[in-house]
Amino acid sequence: MSFLKSKFHHPRLARNELGLTHRDYEGSLSTLCAGCGHDAVGAALVQAVFELSIPAHKIAKLSGIGCSSKAPTYFLDQSHGFNTVHGRMPSVASGASMANRSLKYIGMSGDGDTASIGLGQFAHVVRRRLDMTYIVANNGVYGLTKGQMAATAERGSTTKKDNKVLWPDIDLVTMALELGATFVARSFSGDKEQMVPLLKAAICHEGFAFIDIISPCVTFNNHATSTRSYDYVRDHIQEGLIADFVPVTSEITTSYDEGESNDICLHDGSVIRLHKGSNGFDARDRLSSLDAIHKHRENGEILTGLLYCDPTYRDMHDILNTTETPLNSLNENELCPGARTLNGINNAFR
Amino acid sequence: MASITSLNECVIRFANTNGTGSASANNMFAKAIFRMGIPVSPANIFPSNIQGMPTWYDVRVSAQDYMARREGAPDIVVAMNAQSMAEDVENVRPGGFFFYDSSRQIDPALMRQDITFLGMPISEICLREYKAPNLRQLFKNVVYVGAMAALLNIDIKILKDLVADQFKGKEKLVAPNVHALDLGFQYALTHFKCPLSIRLEKTNKVGSRILINGNTATGLGAVYGGATVVGWYPITPSTSVVENFEKYCKRLRIDPASGKNNFAIMQAEDELSAIGIAIGAGWNGARAFTATSGPGISLMSEFLGLAYFAEVPMVLMNIQRAGPSTGMPTRTQQSDVMTCAYASHGDTKQVLLFPSSPAECFQMSAQSFDLAERLQTPVILMSDLDLGMNDQLSEELSWDDKHAYDRGKVLNEQQLDEVEQFGRYLDVDGDGICYRTYPGTHPDKGSFFTRGTSRDEFAIYTEKGDEYVQNMQRLERKFETAAEILPKPVLHPDNSGSSTGVIYYGMSDVAIAETFDLLAEQGHFIDGMCIKSFPFSQTVGDFIDAHDQVFVIDQNREGQMRKLLIIELEQNPAKLVKVTHYDGMPITAEFISQSILRDIIAAPVKRAAKRTGS
Ligand SMILES: Cc1ncc(C[n+]2csc(CCOP(=O)(O)OP(=O)(O)O)c2C)c(N)n1
Ligand code: SF4
Ligand SMILES: [Mg+2]
Repeated sequence: MSFLKSKFHHPRLARNELGLTHRDYEGSLSTLCAGCGHDAVGAALVQAVFELSIPAHKIAKLSGIGCSSKAPTYFLDQSHGFNTVHGRMPSVASGASMANRSLKYIGMSGDGDTASIGLGQFAHVVRRRLDMTYIVANNGVYGLTKGQMAATAERGSTTKKDNKVLWPDIDLVTMALELGATFVARSFSGDKEQMVPLLKAAICHEGFAFIDIISPCVTFNNHATSTRSYDYVRDHIQEGLIADFVPVTSEITTSYDEGESNDICLHDGSVIRLHKGSNGFDARDRLSSLDAIHKHRENGEILTGLLYCDPTYRDMHDILNTTETPLNSLNENELCPGARTLNGINNAFR
Repeated sequence: MASITSLNECVIRFANTNGTGSASANNMFAKAIFRMGIPVSPANIFPSNIQGMPTWYDVRVSAQDYMARREGAPDIVVAMNAQSMAEDVENVRPGGFFFYDSSRQIDPALMRQDITFLGMPISEICLREYKAPNLRQLFKNVVYVGAMAALLNIDIKILKDLVADQFKGKEKLVAPNVHALDLGFQYALTHFKCPLSIRLEKTNKVGSRILINGNTATGLGAVYGGATVVGWYPITPSTSVVENFEKYCKRLRIDPASGKNNFAIMQAEDELSAIGIAIGAGWNGARAFTATSGPGISLMSEFLGLAYFAEVPMVLMNIQRAGPSTGMPTRTQQSDVMTCAYASHGDTKQVLLFPSSPAECFQMSAQSFDLAERLQTPVILMSDLDLGMNDQLSEELSWDDKHAYDRGKVLNEQQLDEVEQFGRYLDVDGDGICYRTYPGTHPDKGSFFTRGTSRDEFAIYTEKGDEYVQNMQRLERKFETAAEILPKPVLHPDNSGSSTGVIYYGMSDVAIAETFDLLAEQGHFIDGMCIKSFPFSQTVGDFIDAHDQVFVIDQNREGQMRKLLIIELEQNPAKLVKVTHYDGMPITAEFISQSILRDIIAAPVKRAAKRTGS
């Protein structure tokens, strides 16, 4: 069930550049379990889009099947949403973007949805460099089907019912990096301060932006022997690069040196400002990020924050040379070659 | 021995090895006959293999316009494949001709007394005339076409024109090809008695028709129908639909100002993704399609259920081939009728269109986008390998410039402002079709959540039984509307109120004129109806009701269309007689007429048989 929330606005609620409040970006009342990480991801998205002052109807939200894939109902009510089939959101998002390149696309998926049934589609949407933000709410478990282990769960950890995970895990972040994602980050649903700027940067990034958000399942995977519980994640997290998001409009007001090595300038003019942590890897260098991720992993740590960003790469539409006008707005005039041309074509078959 | 004597009525078979470049020479041969004004119908019989296996190219010539495959042996065999030589000799009709490369002596055990052997040392000639080994192989094909021109009385000038057409822009290649034609032509003139007793003569039976395959027409239809987004995955025999779409888009759909594409094509990682792309684009307001064949249909099944239930327009071109499983991937069948009609789990139904000719492929392909957007559901174009990949003598493709695309019930920003409350699944007009909006239309009205799970009229998730049932009933209503607006069945022009009827669809239509003539010779005059779409229109039931016995022609084992008629129209199975042909070769008029004669209840009458074909 989805419940409609009352849209009562407190007069003193902060407004963004569009004159909208935070409430205007919310969705229906969540039906996920109280404390589910997915709701925190949704809340961070609401804040990110609100602060970016993007009109919500210019965003389309797509998902597969799972608790995480249900989450889009609970944010951005004014955005069209599409809950597709299990593991196939990437293809539907691809088609949607092909039809109209002028909207922003946010994909919300789970680890079952992406790392198991949808692994093929995930690999190929990365490869095709679709301009979208792809979020995996990673809880190491299948929430909606009640607690089976996901392919992202670490070998040796145990399920709530005390079954050992027998197989090595798939790390979507390193996969995305290997396959050519041009924006890769990892975050934690318990850390809104980290999530919000990362989401903003991902949304503004033109190209495929992937964020793996560890998002604990309080019902099926929050026990002591889990490696995706709130406690375990808090204890093992290592924030690599702390990223601030500097939007286009505030560029003039912040003091900021062009070409400073720890700034990444995105296509739309906004900037990711990186405060170097002690980890010393370069988020513009794929190999350096991969190396850092693997090293932390060997130490039993989860490296979070922005891991990689290359704002210069061409996206799917650039590669396909698609016209700027959304294809869904073209009609007979642009699309139909007409009867005279057809006569010529007929003659070629005589 | 009496040789077969015929004028403009024969079947010529070319036996080749695939990968040797014979296809374009054989096409040129068929096209030359077409340009002589004689109806011609070529068909490729090819293996699922790239190089080294036997292939055959059968050309039926018929001034009577019998364009289906002819039952039985060819009159003339052009044997260019040593591997299949024994089989090819055996396959000549008594009184026919066997043309072969005599550079190597033919096994005397193969000789037959009842046919004429025409040996020409083609390899030797090419060895002498051409230096490069690959050219020797390539020109062998052109040499035998030249020889056949002399033997059959084909105008050599037409062939030379075809060479010039084929190598437009590569003029250097024209002279050596013309030379090869002459080599064959002159050799045959000096060594054989030309023309043979089987011969051709110019006539004017072709009219304004063209020689084109269905997949070219289907791809082109999608260009005219305004398709902009394609997701696809290669599979024979559907691949050339997308290839043709792309070819014509590159010519006709580049934005003149920016040089950018007014289309987007994605070769996907599999068929699931291919149809996902079409659905995503359809949901987002673009005209989108995918093309596939049997195995791909199975993979697309889950998504077809989503599109049915979530009411997303999209078009699927299914170029059927012989199944099940990988089946006979290069042979034709109509065996996905049931699978497609009810594709996906749960109570689903899909809209199907059945073209019978390239002209119809073009027209239905274009129309399918109007229908999909009007009905907000997938439309499946049910073509097949024979129609899709073989050249057919077809009415020319036609387009009415006054036709405006029907984009269906879509509300724009202004219209949204005018409605009080937008409900995505509100049946405002009572036809089961609701109003939709594209993403990005309005800042605070018209957004909704699309899902495969049940929802109420305002697209809000619901598990209430009555709301679910209401929605399912509305979908049923929508399909009743579909039955009214889909292409109507075509009644045979010679129908005379007989008590016997025959129902056919797709490529079986091509064999019907000849079937009627064969039946008339036996004193049977029956009525025919060609089904063009599913769900069935009222006319289909009326036709069955008006006849005591109705034969249903299917190119599959199960008699799938017959079953569909029985299920959907609650017809008495005893009344509908199954005629099924499914060996992978196109059905023939002989087969249909023999099947009907075996089971027909009505007694023959004495009436002058009228030749419908000529
Ligand atoms: C084709 C198909 N197979 C199986 C299912 C059942 N199913 C629904 S959700 C799900 C797993 C979801 O796991 P995940 O993506 O991790 O989401 P979470 O609930 O953990 O957020 C499965 C197996 C389905 N809906 N469709
Ligand atoms: S079962 Fe787990 S994943 Fe699903 S809503 Fe509950 S806490 Fe979240
Ligand atoms: Mg999960």
